[in-house]
Amino acid sequence: MPKIHLKDVEMIFGKSAQVKQAQALKAQEVSNAEIRSQTGATVGVRHVDIEIEEGELFVIVGLSGSGKSTLIRCLNRLNEPTSGEVIIDGDNIMDYNDEQLMQLRRHKVSMVFQSFALLSHRTIEDNVVYGLEVQDIPEEERYARGQEAIEAVGLKGWEQSFPSQLSGGMRQRVGLARALANQPEILLMDEPYSALDPLIRRDMQDELLGLEDYISKTIVFITHDMNEAFKLGDRIALMKDGEVVQLGDPNSFFDNPANEYVEDFIKDVDKTRVLTAAQVMRKVKYKVATDIDLDELKEYFTQNDLSFVYVVDEKNMLQGYYLAEEVAKAKNTKNLINPVSKKFLRRNFVKDIIAMVDESDIDIPIVDATGRLRGLINGSDILKLMK
Amino acid sequence: MFDFPEALEFSITAPIDAGVQWMLQNLSFIFDAITAVIVAMFNVVQAGLLFVPWFVYVALVLYLGTKFHGYKTGITLAVMLTLIGVFGLWESMIYTLVVVIISVIVSLLIGLPLGILMAKSERGERVMKPILDAMQTMPSFVYLIPAVMLFGLGRVPAVFATTIYAVPPLIRLTYLGITGVEKEVIEAGKAFGSTSRQMLFKIELPQALPTIMTGVNQTTMMAMAMVVISSMIGAEGIGSEVLLAIRRLEVGRGFQAGFAIVFLAIILDRLMQGVVTSLQGVTDHA
Repeated sequence: MPKIHLKDVEMIFGKSAQVKQAQALKAQEVSNAEIRSQTGATVGVRHVDIEIEEGELFVIVGLSGSGKSTLIRCLNRLNEPTSGEVIIDGDNIMDYNDEQLMQLRRHKVSMVFQSFALLSHRTIEDNVVYGLEVQDIPEEERYARGQEAIEAVGLKGWEQSFPSQLSGGMRQRVGLARALANQPEILLMDEPYSALDPLIRRDMQDELLGLEDYISKTIVFITHDMNEAFKLGDRIALMKDGEVVQLGDPNSFFDNPANEYVEDFIKDVDKTRVLTAAQVMRKVKYKVATDIDLDELKEYFTQNDLSFVYVVDEKNMLQGYYLAEEVAKAKNTKNLINPVSKKFLRRNFVKDIIAMVDESDIDIPIVDATGRLRGLINGSDILKLMK
Repeated sequence: MFDFPEALEFSITAPIDAGVQWMLQNLSFIFDAITAVIVAMFNVVQAGLLFVPWFVYVALVLYLGTKFHGYKTGITLAVMLTLIGVFGLWESMIYTLVVVIISVIVSLLIGLPLGILMAKSERGERVMKPILDAMQTMPSFVYLIPAVMLFGLGRVPAVFATTIYAVPPLIRLTYLGITGVEKEVIEAGKAFGSTSRQMLFKIELPQALPTIMTGVNQTTMMAMAMVVISSMIGAEGIGSEVLLAIRRLEVGRGFQAGFAIVFLAIILDRLMQGVVTSLQGVTDHA
């Protein structure tokens, strides 16, 4: 069962008569602009169907006016969809009464806002515990949990400051801490980093990825920045005019863009910054075991016309490599194996491997966290990517 | 033939008179109760203000003025206050201050809830806006007449007339302050599951506080102006000094009292502005 299921969600802004008219037109596949000029109603979200899995970092990306902020507000009913179902953990929250909705907002879903939306008259600490305060959680527990959240986002020591004394990046950390203090299962982030400087934004993105490993919540993240979307998203939905144009993991956008709009949208994305080594590497075609003897090794090199080959043990752990010229001259296998000086974690972004590729004569081995050989990357792989 | 047709003439004088008469005959217990409450407030506030010796006021004004605006303003304000005493108007000033303070308190009791109502309900807003416009453009003397009829002569009708005259800016600025709270801040309040009471007291009112304080300041200034006029219906204070000067055509006396009122107004205004700025210092979004 998906954690969140948006089922044919649709949101039209306008007076009720206009909305009815607009719905009728929409059924006839009339465009949003046309509907607007005929009825005066604005279509915010149109036929959206998305399933989001537990623990997933799901990114919704689109230009301003594409309906992404409207859509995310349907997940805690800050916006009331005109029709459709919003199912969280199997419950259609559109059927909730006020009390149930309040409980949902207090315990299950928290939100982080683009302009931070902090309470300027409260200290950082009192901002962070706001969500707990409205639940009447006793003061001691409230501040203990608040402190935990403040430390998790790295704001220790700023508890008694006011928001106006903090920089933009720090204010958004407060916003995040406030959301985390509620210990929600679902975190809604509405363009949280759009208002920040590029450098700060990058740091915050990296921190979120680190934090995500550690808290493992379901996160719905909104952005207009394609680079940010690809960097963060396990899966991405690209929206245009209130509809989802394409949905899938980052690679699928590069491999088969759904239409010209998507192609155009991803054109300027620096792939080396958004794709991980795992997404770019080639499978390892040639490798040898540790116990291979010299004749076999020479045979293997000439047969496959290799200049090098990596050595793995029976568990596929990377042990080292042989070079063709050394093998050809060698009398025995003693000390013939070269230790690996350069290797790259498959979860890291491709941009960081470029310098390594540049300095190395042979392909860079891509390993997982335990040290197993999973793939190879060389200069031409990178060039292909940047083409 | 260009004269207004007599057939269309109709005066609303009679119905208004009848209305006030009816209120006098049937609702007098309400006005008696209000009178009792306000008189009690007068006694407390006046006793309190008269109990404090004059130099404490001067020292307080010096301290607060320096704290909010620097020592130059602090000294200027303290000198102004001393001058009121030098003019021989210290006691009159205290009487004026009492009427102003009580009018502002009553204005707060009426204005805050109405401002909140106006911000919260569209219908409230539609009804209140024209009433506020009417209240602010109505010549202030007009309020004196029903005030006298309902409460007799003295300081209670003065509070009544002053409040009606001075409360509109407070209502308006409370409304503006609440409706002006950033949209995402309101959304955040909702998104964390606040009840509507929590929204009001934990988010909207605190966020609107600097604007509301500006309203309190304006209300105080308008109350100052009205207090002088209400000396015509027997409210003691600096205003009665002005009235006396008019009757006797004593120019010097009139200006002396006039300056005392100006000084008092400036002192109150600067101190309250100081409060507003120090509130904004915390609340500023920047």
